[in-house]
Amino acid sequence: MSEVILEMRNITKTFPGVKALDNVSFSVEQGEIHALVGENGAGKSTLMKVLSGVYPHGSYDGDIYFEGKECRFQNISQSEEVGLVIIHQELALIPYLSIAENLFLGNEREKLGIINWNETVLRTKELLEKVGLNESPNTLITDIGVGKQQLVEIAKALAKKVKLLILDEPTASLNETDSEKLLELLLQFKKNGIASILISHKLSEISKVADSITILRDGATIETLDKHKDDITEDRIIRGMVGRDLTHRFPPRETNIGEVIFEIKDWNVYHPLHEDRKVSNNVNIKVHRGEVVGISGLMGAGRTELAMSIFGRAYGTRISGKALKNGQEIDISTIDKAISNGIAYATEDRKSYGLVLIEEIKDNITLANLGAVSRNGVINEPKELTVTREYKDKLNIKCSSILQLALNLSGGNQQKVVLSKWLFSNPDILILDEPTRGIDVGAKYEIYTIINQLADEGKAIIMISSELPEILGVCDRIYVMRDGKIVGEMPAKEASQETVMKHIMFDQEVPAP
Amino acid sequence: MKTLSNLFRNNIREYGMLIALIVIMIFFYFMTDGILLKPINITNLVLQNSYVIIMALGMLLIIVSGWIDLSVGSIAAFIGAIVGVMIVKWEWNWVLAIAIAIIVGGLIGAWQGYWVAYLKIPAFIVTLAGMLIFRGLTLVMVRGESIGPFPEGFRNISGGFIPDFFNYEGFHMTTIVVGILVSILLIIADIRTRRNQLKYGFEVTPFYFFVAKQVLLTAAVMGFCYLMASYKGIPNLLVIMFPLVVAYSFFTTQTVTGRRIYALGGNEKAARLSGVNTDKLLFLTFVNMGALAALAGTVVASRLNSSTPNAGEGFELDVIAACFIGGASASGGVGKVIGAVVGAFLVGVMNNGMSLLGVGIDWQQAIKGFVLLLAVFFDVYNKNKGS
Repeated sequence: MSEVILEMRNITKTFPGVKALDNVSFSVEQGEIHALVGENGAGKSTLMKVLSGVYPHGSYDGDIYFEGKECRFQNISQSEEVGLVIIHQELALIPYLSIAENLFLGNEREKLGIINWNETVLRTKELLEKVGLNESPNTLITDIGVGKQQLVEIAKALAKKVKLLILDEPTASLNETDSEKLLELLLQFKKNGIASILISHKLSEISKVADSITILRDGATIETLDKHKDDITEDRIIRGMVGRDLTHRFPPRETNIGEVIFEIKDWNVYHPLHEDRKVSNNVNIKVHRGEVVGISGLMGAGRTELAMSIFGRAYGTRISGKALKNGQEIDISTIDKAISNGIAYATEDRKSYGLVLIEEIKDNITLANLGAVSRNGVINEPKELTVTREYKDKLNIKCSSILQLALNLSGGNQQKVVLSKWLFSNPDILILDEPTRGIDVGAKYEIYTIINQLADEGKAIIMISSELPEILGVCDRIYVMRDGKIVGEMPAKEASQETVMKHIMFDQEVPAP
Repeated sequence: MKTLSNLFRNNIREYGMLIALIVIMIFFYFMTDGILLKPINITNLVLQNSYVIIMALGMLLIIVSGWIDLSVGSIAAFIGAIVGVMIVKWEWNWVLAIAIAIIVGGLIGAWQGYWVAYLKIPAFIVTLAGMLIFRGLTLVMVRGESIGPFPEGFRNISGGFIPDFFNYEGFHMTTIVVGILVSILLIIADIRTRRNQLKYGFEVTPFYFFVAKQVLLTAAVMGFCYLMASYKGIPNLLVIMFPLVVAYSFFTTQTVTGRRIYALGGNEKAARLSGVNTDKLLFLTFVNMGALAALAGTVVASRLNSSTPNAGEGFELDVIAACFIGGASASGGVGKVIGAVVGAFLVGVMNNGMSLLGVGIDWQQAIKGFVLLLAVFFDVYNKNKGS
């Protein structure tokens, strides 16, 4: 039995009107990977904020002991001083500063306020090597992908002599390979005696690396499972999280596929800045009425770029190729035209591209189709309220009122608002880009159910997802993309995670459809 | 009691600046021994602030869409100069001259809007350039001197009053009739809104609060009209300004285009991906601003009865301050027309009150600066507390 490095005892934290944490106890042993799971709003982030001093001592009840000493952090820098580093879901890197500058931001190698660049670069190289990132210390953050940025964050934590690393959904925006790499890194840290707390919605990776798992629900600890003692299964974790049995993670569906409704032929797209780089290369895809088609592939394979270029050329330059709807060529050269031709695109990044966060739910839902609730350019408010209420009920958006700001909703409910917006535009073809990213198991199930309903209504759905089980569980047919090309196509029934992964990773002949 | 304090807290955010305006008015009322609310001074207050309010309507849209326009003072001066040349030097009909002036203003707005919306140059830079360009062109137009005087019809835009259809010695009865009509319309509009809210199951303020609000509002409108009636009645300018305020208020809250401007300022990328032509919309807000700055420039020329090279200097600051004091957010997406109007009056009452007290222009500036800072702090503080 190894030593306990962190112990949080009887933590209770209340916000006006809500008890976010109710008598939560939580402990981490030296050099273990401890997963913290729970639905959105279960209190995971609040617990970590209490731990790292975002909520200062005195604003909560209960005690925190780190390495046997009682801690009363007033702010984050005090918790970092003892070796507690938290890496947030939204990365906190400055895009136009270099990797080296970011690594030592707030922790500069300096004397009398003058930076020692030689030492900075040297130390950066060492740290980058430790996390296995092969980039020059002078590279700007904006020039590297999300996966590498995540590694920079971890290197930054190492620079602070971390003893306990807290990762909040580190793989949410990573593809399978990068996620894999990150998890490997955690295991390596473990060998070096660095403990980690891993907050994640991805149960597969938790069961892979975690030594113990603590489940939170509604601000209370449900149970802590130990890998060596308990029999841990995904079903058991899910049961603990939602408090009910999710016998099926994907709702069943009777597929009823009709004729081809939408087709993209010989689609070529170039990068908007590097004009000689092809991001979509001779892509041909089609989708039938009532069909859910998945597009699988790595981050950077060109899936989002393809989808956005189809959606009114929202991405890319020198776009060529044909778009056909019901066999007729259609003009989708602007977003407006794409929408009026019955195409909708729900973005992967709902906060930056999907929602106007400082506006009401109602305003967000009607934004893409204000014409339907107005006459002569004047909005018919009663009508607007009626339709947004309908969507709130239909998609089960949990909110106090449709006049609530989108800002204050949880991720799953924000996603439902984005979906409502596009459903209200009444599309025939709905492109969903990572529709369940960063949302909890219960909300995911609801989103899948909505997708099924839409397919039943005869709409065609194109779903981009980085989660293979989701692609396999929801789709009827799967395309695999790599380097801007479609490199595989298969019916979901015949596919397995392994076969899809093979197409993603290796160069193979495109099987005849 | 808890509901009452809640009510108060919720409404202080909504009506905070209105309350501040009233407090400042009471303060100056006593400090100036009542001169502030003398009929002639109230009329002056309206006339003095008309151009700030007219331009604030356009500025609000620009600020809501996430940008700023520093050039409006210079545009107003330039248009004033053009109007002067057309009417005084070329002896053109003044109605035609105004129409041309507003079109030219729109074109200037289009010029700036094109740089901002399509060539993606930050508005701060484009309009800073515009501020210099149009001030310079004003000097070119008037060659460093004043052009005037203007014919009576043109002067009456800012100096005239609506005719009286009744004959009461020393009292402008028509003004009172208009006041009554406006009050009734306001009450009807509010009742309709409330009925709709109830019908759709929204929480509304308690009935006694609603009634109290109507009584206060009517009292304010009627008091205002009474004061004006005791002087010369409703100024012509108010006949231009009031419908403009109502129209822009309606535009921002009830129309598709208005809604889209808020979406554009709140999250441009999301708005664009929702099919909003964000570039065109931004371009049009600048065209609108140019046209309103032109109208304001015409009013200034009419009021000064001449086109002068330094007309409208520093107006941009008063206009921008009015919008921010009125609760607009510097990062875009938030702001109300009524807020900007209240903000403009707040700045106006302070200018007027301090002038009456004989405070020098130096201290006036400094004090206005502090008030702007405090007002925005109050707003931000309230918002943070609310969330």
